[in-house]
Amino acid sequence: MTIDTVTLAILKGRLEQIADEMDATLFRSAFNPIIAEAHDASHGIYDATTGETLVQGKSGLPIFVGVMAFAVKAVIDKAAKSGGVHDGDVWIFNDPYDGGTHLSDFRLVKPVFRDGKLFCFLASVGHWHDVGGNVPGNYNPAATECFQEGMLIPPVKLYDRGEFRQDVVDILSANSRLPMSLYGDLNGQINALDLGTRRMGELLDDYGARTVGDCLVELKARAAKLMRAQIAALPQGTVSAEDWLDNDGIVDEPLKIALDLTIDGETMVMDFSRSSPACAGPVNISRSTTIAACYVALKHIFGDVPANAGVLEPVEFRIADASLLAVKAPKPVGGYTETILRLIDVVFQAVAKIAPEPAMACAYGTINALSLAGHRENGKRWVMFSFFGGGHGAHAGGDGLNHGNAPISTATIPPLEILEAAYPVRFTQWALRPDSGGPGETRGGLGAIYEIELLEKQADVFLFGERGRHAPPGVVGGAAGAMNRFSYQQSDGWHQPPMASKMVGISIDRGQRLRLETPGGGGYGNPLARDPQTVARDVALGIVSREHAQSDYGVALDAEGSVDAERTKTLRSREAAE
Amino acid sequence: MSGPAYVIGVDVGGTFTDVFILDEAAGRVTTAKVPSTRGDQSRGFIEGIASRVEAFGDIRTVVHGTTVGTNALLERKGARTGIITTEGFRDVLEMRRRDRPTTWGLKGAFTPVVERPDRVEVRERVLADGTVLEEVDTGEVETRARALIEAGCDAVCVFFINGYANSDNERRAVEAVRSVWPTPYVTAATEILPEIREFERLSTATLNAYLQPVVSSYLDRLESGLKEQGFEGDILIVQSNGGVMSIDTAKRYPVRTALSGPAAGVIAATRIAQAAGFDNIVTCDMGGTSFDVSLVAGGEAALAAQTSIDFGMVVRTPMIEITTIGAGGGSIAAVDAGGLLQVGPESAGSDPGPVAYGLGNTRPTVTDANLVLGRINPDRPIGGKLDRLDIDAARAAIETHIAAPLGLTIEDAAEAILKLANAKMAGAIRLVSIEKGHDPAKFAAMPFGGGGALHTGALIKEVGLASALVPRFPGVTSALGCVVADMRHDRVQTVNGILSEIDTMELGKAILRDARETASVLSSAGVSFETVDRVIELDMLYLGQTHTVSVPIEVPETGLTTCAIRDAFETAYSATFGRLLKGIPMRVMNYRIAVIGRRPGLDMTLFAPVDGKPAKDCRLATRSVYVDGKHHVAGVYDRLALEVGARIEGPALLEQPDTTIFVDPGLDATVDRFGNLVIAPAE
Repeated sequence: MTIDTVTLAILKGRLEQIADEMDATLFRSAFNPIIAEAHDASHGIYDATTGETLVQGKSGLPIFVGVMAFAVKAVIDKAAKSGGVHDGDVWIFNDPYDGGTHLSDFRLVKPVFRDGKLFCFLASVGHWHDVGGNVPGNYNPAATECFQEGMLIPPVKLYDRGEFRQDVVDILSANSRLPMSLYGDLNGQINALDLGTRRMGELLDDYGARTVGDCLVELKARAAKLMRAQIAALPQGTVSAEDWLDNDGIVDEPLKIALDLTIDGETMVMDFSRSSPACAGPVNISRSTTIAACYVALKHIFGDVPANAGVLEPVEFRIADASLLAVKAPKPVGGYTETILRLIDVVFQAVAKIAPEPAMACAYGTINALSLAGHRENGKRWVMFSFFGGGHGAHAGGDGLNHGNAPISTATIPPLEILEAAYPVRFTQWALRPDSGGPGETRGGLGAIYEIELLEKQADVFLFGERGRHAPPGVVGGAAGAMNRFSYQQSDGWHQPPMASKMVGISIDRGQRLRLETPGGGGYGNPLARDPQTVARDVALGIVSREHAQSDYGVALDAEGSVDAERTKTLRSREAAE
Repeated sequence: MSGPAYVIGVDVGGTFTDVFILDEAAGRVTTAKVPSTRGDQSRGFIEGIASRVEAFGDIRTVVHGTTVGTNALLERKGARTGIITTEGFRDVLEMRRRDRPTTWGLKGAFTPVVERPDRVEVRERVLADGTVLEEVDTGEVETRARALIEAGCDAVCVFFINGYANSDNERRAVEAVRSVWPTPYVTAATEILPEIREFERLSTATLNAYLQPVVSSYLDRLESGLKEQGFEGDILIVQSNGGVMSIDTAKRYPVRTALSGPAAGVIAATRIAQAAGFDNIVTCDMGGTSFDVSLVAGGEAALAAQTSIDFGMVVRTPMIEITTIGAGGGSIAAVDAGGLLQVGPESAGSDPGPVAYGLGNTRPTVTDANLVLGRINPDRPIGGKLDRLDIDAARAAIETHIAAPLGLTIEDAAEAILKLANAKMAGAIRLVSIEKGHDPAKFAAMPFGGGGALHTGALIKEVGLASALVPRFPGVTSALGCVVADMRHDRVQTVNGILSEIDTMELGKAILRDARETASVLSSAGVSFETVDRVIELDMLYLGQTHTVSVPIEVPETGLTTCAIRDAFETAYSATFGRLLKGIPMRVMNYRIAVIGRRPGLDMTLFAPVDGKPAKDCRLATRSVYVDGKHHVAGVYDRLALEVGARIEGPALLEQPDTTIFVDPGLDATVDRFGNLVIAPAE
């Protein structure tokens, strides 16, 4: 090692701070709430030749930590074929097959030069509000090709040696329903990259390119070493887990995600060969997205591994080219969030079989992308697009968190007052959903109930969700959380979508409502082993009903709500015998 | 000749109550330090003053930094509180903003301070534009309120959705609640924070209600206790924003005291450091139970608009940014089941305190380790009530609990305790400096609190700070901060309108009206100021954005113009982000008013030593200290007797009534012209 530990610690702090500051700049200046409030964006510092992630901001979307390296690599490859990388260039694109995730995520990649030499790349990714396609907000459950999901932009130059190319922005703007939002978000991302470039310059002035370069190499080596030690500590052998997607939005058949996980010394093999083949609808994902999702799952379990490419060195992936986990253009990938959540679920389930102590039961497992779109009285178009929360899985140390965010993101939900101020809707309910937490010795966290009433004349409603037919599983003997349930009101009463949680363009009128009841997390351990007093307390809080206390936990309560010890004993011994 | 005229600052910490007394008539300062009295802090408070002041009638003003609110929040010992809210929204407090405590690992938990059965709903609804969709039925509100009283709630918070846009329903409901509620502890969410964002508003208001019975009754006891002693002056309370408020305001808005104690220390440190020519400091407040760090860059203490006291425990009022870890003098050292040494967060506080206090604790603390290693003089304990410290008991405790299980000598075990405590403290300093992109070599550490100055040398070495600045009275810095803090009131109001559609003349009038009202809170406090400053800011953004930029603006009596607002926004926006956005309308989200009454500055040369002596004449003795695995002979000096310019080489111990300073081997200490000690690596 050529760098002392104190300098390494200082530089690590400063590099992470640069990425964090880039995140913060975009969050504060972005136009659409998906970036500004839900933090569906990310920034980092990437290797000059391989594009590998070196440092990533702490506050961006976790899934991007794994996927941005592929985006930077896509730019490196494209530049190699088209005249190289120059100081002052900024590349922009959203091709999900090379860069991962889906068309909504626009990536800006900027080289940083030092003394005339390429030193590293900075990149910014953000989820734009609308990128064309058939559906406002781009979650089109009926898409069978990416062309129905939005515009697809390959890596092109937004800046060419410092010169801004307005023509590129004109093309982008012409293809969005919300060009003003696009313009604002794009500027936010440029601001973030400008700030990052300035900060990198200051850092290189202070420490010199050599020292900073050594630091980046050392950080990667340490990440790999740490991950190997984590793997080596696990029991050897192979375990398997399977889980299901409801359907692809086109064909109403379940899709299997299967993992065979092998621990072999310091190496981990993640084999997804038994998963379903590519499907017609938009729940396919590209290979880069699959790898990124596995990284997220591993980092949830082994919390101290850094956001750095070194972590994946000792992990081998087996992903069949024909599977829905490695598709190429033009297979639709718009609903990638649902598939990667299921990938994380199978990793959690598999790990729980070999290492129950650090494991967690599955979280609510769907992003529930809901969009309402219409025109105001003055003719102006509006699109309200948001993701909704649910319960986290239980674990050995306690119950799952109520109303958490998805494992792939750190997104907070926009305040309902902000949504009501911005769009012609009002929420009639925003509450925890009783009986939704998966029963277990520790209970899954509760999902939520959101009910929304339309205040304008008419709106079209789109939903992209999951877990409508396959509930979030528990682990180590725990039971599943409640399933996702969506209902909408029309003049003839309440309805539910035929494809469970996926729905395109249903129209509702003023005064009619939508109701989304989101899944809870899975339980951990045998529910019959849960302390009856804790169950009685859940009932007193109104988060478990008396009926479920009896049927799920074998706990009988008297009229005052206290545990009826005799009946509880009988119930539990009877259920245990079954 | 007139008698003394005292302004007294009192900081009640978990372990000690510090008193700083300025006699304005004589231009003299004195200090006192007494053990805090758990249960009723007002007893120690009054005893501390009485130990130095003969007649309480000579006291003009008492300024107080309190941790009563902070402790009640951290220990969840507030009152049983109810929430009355809009139908459909009882769970807003528990649902938070759909976040989680840590990005990685999904094992977070959250228990709200108000449990679900105490969160009740009433029919009413206001829309985002302020329209009342459904009027509140005050009869229903009264019924709900009575049920909460019946259930045993002592305080209540009324919070309605969109109350920031129109508070009519909420106000009527609050009146109805007040008509039946048996205590004065009724909080209206929009009175606390009339700002858009329901969870942040509700959380802040709920915590206010939760604290009100605890903080109010404490302040009542304090007030009557002082009056019984003949005190007739004003009592001011330090707020988390570093300014002070009247005691009546504090009783109404106890949530503003969430970080009162630590804020006072940072204010004092900023002033002392600035006078001494240090603009960049990291303040390190080591008390009995915790270690608080804050960053002052360019002479300005960092302020945060919002702070989480704990996960999901959000307080949205301006606060001095303070990072706290559980490492103090009373932190208990232990070897866990896995054979690993731990220091804190469990603490023995001041009662029973360290083993050496002989008050019943038998488990070794950081202070015990300092004593065993020779850094503290057993015959001159800090604090007053004890005659001497029981070093043998401290040695025995370290031997039994640490040295024997780890197979170390007592000295090496004691040093291991200090190393672990220092590493934890260094981590906190890195968090606020290095990880925020600051170069520690440009910063000085400023220790205060009784124990901080013992650890400074180790910290500057470990983090790479340039130097340390030890104020003349480090043990009572927070108390001094009370005396120099300005009076400050912050106010916010959501506007949420498009700039081109706003009647800016009306907006200007409303701002001035609120500013006058806020200023009147200042003038009614009966405190004299040198000047009163007014800072007005608009929170603005482009239409479509959701995060705002702070736009400082002058509001002349002649009125505010659209043009002036636009110019101010563009200046602020380009300074923050660089690129202006063309053709996009601007939105005014909130206006914020801060009215600051500048209290007379304290002449820091008051602290300069008078009739100081050269170092050799202040040398009292020598003591053996154990550092880096071996014994050293350290000179012991009377710190307060040192003359300006006196210079001492480490290892050395500088003693004074409120603290002991340890100058590590390899460091030098010099007295500056204000009596501060500047410690830096020897050249």
